[in-house]
Amino acid sequence: MSNAQIEIQLIASLVAIACAIPGTFLVLRKMAMISDAISHSILPGIVVGFFITQDLNSPLLILLAALTGVITVVLVERIQKTGLVKEDTAIGLVFPALFSIGVIMIAKNANDVHLDVDAVLLGELAFAPFDRLFISGTDVGPKSLWIIGSILVITVGLLIAFFKELKVSTFDAGLAASLGFSPALIHYGLMTVSSVTTVGAFDAVGAILVVALMIAPAASAYLLTTDLKKMLGLAIVFGVLSAISGYWFAHWLDASIAGSITTMLGVLFLIMYLFAPSKGLIAVIYREKQQRIEVSLLTFLLHLRNHDDERERHVNHLNEHINWQKVRSKTVLDLALKNNMIDINNKIVSLTSKGDEFTSQAIDYIITNEDAQIEDMKDDFFLFRG
Amino acid sequence: MEQKIAVKVDDLTVAYNYKPVLWDIDLEIPEGVLMAIVGPNGAGKSTLIKAILGILKPIAGSVSIYEKPYEKQRSLVAYVPQKGSVDWDFPTTALDVVMMGTYGSLGWIKRPGQKEKKAALEALEKVGMLPFKSRQISQLSGGQQQRIFLARALVQDASIYFMDEPFQGVDATTEIAIINILKELRKAGKTVIVVHHDLQTVPEYFDWVTFLNVKKIATGPVKDIFNDDNLTKTYGINYKVSIQE
Amino acid sequence: MDLQEYFSLVFSDYTLRTITLGTAILGAVTGMLGSFAVLRKQSLLGDAISHAALPGIAIAFLITGAKDSNTLLLGALVSGLLGTFWIRGIITKTHLKSDTALGLILSLFFGFGMLLLTFIQKQPNANQAGLDKYLFGQAATLVESDVWLMAIVTGLCLFVLLLFWKEFKILLFDKDYAKTLGFNTKTIDILITSFIVLAIVLGLQTVGVVLMSAMLLAPAAAARQWTNSLSKMVFLAAVFGAFSGVFGTAISSSQNNLSTGPVIVLVASVFVVFSFIFSPSRGLLFRQIRFIANRRDLEQQKTLAFMYHIAETHDNISHPHTIKILNNFQGFTRKTLQKLVDKEYVMLDGTMWSLTQKGFDKASNLYNQQAKEDE
Repeated sequence: MSNAQIEIQLIASLVAIACAIPGTFLVLRKMAMISDAISHSILPGIVVGFFITQDLNSPLLILLAALTGVITVVLVERIQKTGLVKEDTAIGLVFPALFSIGVIMIAKNANDVHLDVDAVLLGELAFAPFDRLFISGTDVGPKSLWIIGSILVITVGLLIAFFKELKVSTFDAGLAASLGFSPALIHYGLMTVSSVTTVGAFDAVGAILVVALMIAPAASAYLLTTDLKKMLGLAIVFGVLSAISGYWFAHWLDASIAGSITTMLGVLFLIMYLFAPSKGLIAVIYREKQQRIEVSLLTFLLHLRNHDDERERHVNHLNEHINWQKVRSKTVLDLALKNNMIDINNKIVSLTSKGDEFTSQAIDYIITNEDAQIEDMKDDFFLFRG
Repeated sequence: MEQKIAVKVDDLTVAYNYKPVLWDIDLEIPEGVLMAIVGPNGAGKSTLIKAILGILKPIAGSVSIYEKPYEKQRSLVAYVPQKGSVDWDFPTTALDVVMMGTYGSLGWIKRPGQKEKKAALEALEKVGMLPFKSRQISQLSGGQQQRIFLARALVQDASIYFMDEPFQGVDATTEIAIINILKELRKAGKTVIVVHHDLQTVPEYFDWVTFLNVKKIATGPVKDIFNDDNLTKTYGINYKVSIQE
Repeated sequence: MDLQEYFSLVFSDYTLRTITLGTAILGAVTGMLGSFAVLRKQSLLGDAISHAALPGIAIAFLITGAKDSNTLLLGALVSGLLGTFWIRGIITKTHLKSDTALGLILSLFFGFGMLLLTFIQKQPNANQAGLDKYLFGQAATLVESDVWLMAIVTGLCLFVLLLFWKEFKILLFDKDYAKTLGFNTKTIDILITSFIVLAIVLGLQTVGVVLMSAMLLAPAAAARQWTNSLSKMVFLAAVFGAFSGVFGTAISSSQNNLSTGPVIVLVASVFVVFSFIFSPSRGLLFRQIRFIANRRDLEQQKTLAFMYHIAETHDNISHPHTIKILNNFQGFTRKTLQKLVDKEYVMLDGTMWSLTQKGFDKASNLYNQQAKEDE
């Protein structure tokens, strides 16, 4: 591995971490699309900043562009407040307009601004190692590395300092306010960090990858855990994993590194989406089927308990009376028999004492714990485990 | 005289996101009653109506309307959803919303004509909203919006009316207006089923009541079963309502 | 070329006419369908779909090697629909929320598309030039057959819209109710979504992946401010969209170095801002004016009521009082007093004021009304 290759992977990994942290909170706060809006609307900020500083890596430019990001958020909120349009429409109106202004500004000054709109969207990570930072004449590494490194340090610092506040305001804004944390302050703090990260990263990986790096690792992690700390950790691991594997994939294909990292993120999410235990698609479908059987079993037991009439309890008439949908009566009947919950005498089904007790317990459980899902019953009732 | 059964529910079980909301409900609603469904929050009152109307798919059980499956008897049934379930900033007028009540009998593609418009205007008149027919719906008060929903159901000219919390967030005048219309419907032999919150008004407004809390607790004439015993069973705590004779 | 020149050339110059017609039709159809997206609270779906279409274009090119725009658009359509259904899948089957699902599909599909595009560009044989026009759109590449395709789709869309108008409307307003009336809401739903995807895909060549969503939203959001009728809103959105297309094309072709897409979007945004401010019934300007007028009326009434209470204590209602005693009262300003004088409710004499009979009657009327409302 050459030095440049290591540096590229290092930059990509740092960007991934810097994005995963605010991204986790954006996903939890249902504000993922704000990152998309910010990533587009910083363009005019970058152009104006470039006119002033003539340097894409200048801290001033980063601040100016980040300011545009925060302005976007404020503008969106202002429009939402008028009630003239729905919330999501406000987002969809603001960022294309700002992005268009940016594109036009670049086009009108094409001779002065060596900014390529494609590069803003996609970045060129491959060139990042060539723009180096010199401190009093000595080469201390690529500029991008220093920029994203500093942003990351600040982000981590803020995360540690305000972890409790972030956590509370994310999960219960009302509680946060009553504890004296200003939800607005946390909100705009998060927006500022997201904006700064987006700007700091766009030069290396482009605006769209920033969005992917913010949302995809967090979303994949969210499919595995709902614990905030674990989710942050997993999101960071996923981000770095995709960054490095994406780099080598691009190397092999000789194609855009940003595109390749995004593709890796996509593959990763697809895997989690399909196979995540308990929250992935396959687990959900399997559980739905299981639950349908379990619910049907309970319904069936309840039916037996509520009806003394033998006609209602005849094996051949069960379907007619209970009208099970999607679950065949035989499956349920077998399950109940296997667990000694029913007796069948002369084709008349009746509850055993065990079945009766189980039914009362289950119903009590359901009624007293309104929010408890059947899933929770698995721990309490042996039947649902096997 | 044997009373006809308007709605019959057999062993209905519904799960919402796989959390059980209704368990093994059996219910027979006789024709011509004005029935309240009461129960605590999360008891599945709205769910029961939605499952009967086929908006939610039950896991088990069946529903029949006058002894036939609901799908074949749609024209006999009208529905007043919860007021909060729609976007009142939608660009449409009061008259337009009421006209929607005629869409079911029109079927696909066919447009409402003069006949439908006349019916809608009559329904608006009945609920006292005729002067507001051209108002944009967001410019109506909560009570007026509820009356519009009621008018939309009246246009359907059904035999059975299902209403989800029609008294929620309405002013006193509207509440009286609505209950008068409901009583009129009953007088005309219609069956009216109302999800209701305010226990105090049950004896005054309704003649039939169903207590619901995930399971069916009791159902029958208000004078027979609306008592502290059933209320306690339904609401879980020692519940006392002073019933004025 | 300046604007005047553009408008004199637009009817005679073939290229200019094609482009203008294309952007106008595109604006109309996206405006029309955008109204539905906005009212269904699916405003950002368009953004996700347009980004999701990109890999489809690249794959269609990789498979066929053709630059024929219809083939590429077919790829975009398939990929866009795939993205849409995956978004649904994520929302319904996992606990991820719609914003996350949209952001995921948008960025992941787009990134994958970019990977493919850069991969294609590195291929030696490829005459790939022109694929990147789908990023920002290039109205200049529109040819007559493209415009025909747009016109046909718009016609089809209009036909379906008119045919199922009633069904669309009731689905948009109250889906559950539509279900109880016996309408198959799934079918209507798929019909609307498919047309939205189709319109987006059609616009990619002209406006591009990145800005396409604004074409859907902006005309609809502007139109909503001017009317309270769904049909008028859809019609107005189509008009706004078409005008955005024409003006955008005119401005961009009269300047150097201006791509059409961003200009069209900006023109549409101007429509939005104008509508937000100047719409008579909903606009911010008139809302503010009404607010101030209301407050002024209220202040006047307050002052009058205060005077009434003072005058009541005297046998002669026109007994003069000093202005000073009014000063500690909230609703009073010099201006409101002058207004009351103009209305002949009050007479001024130096630093003294007195209520006229007319003013007294008015105030007692107001007072009684208030008391009635309080009951």
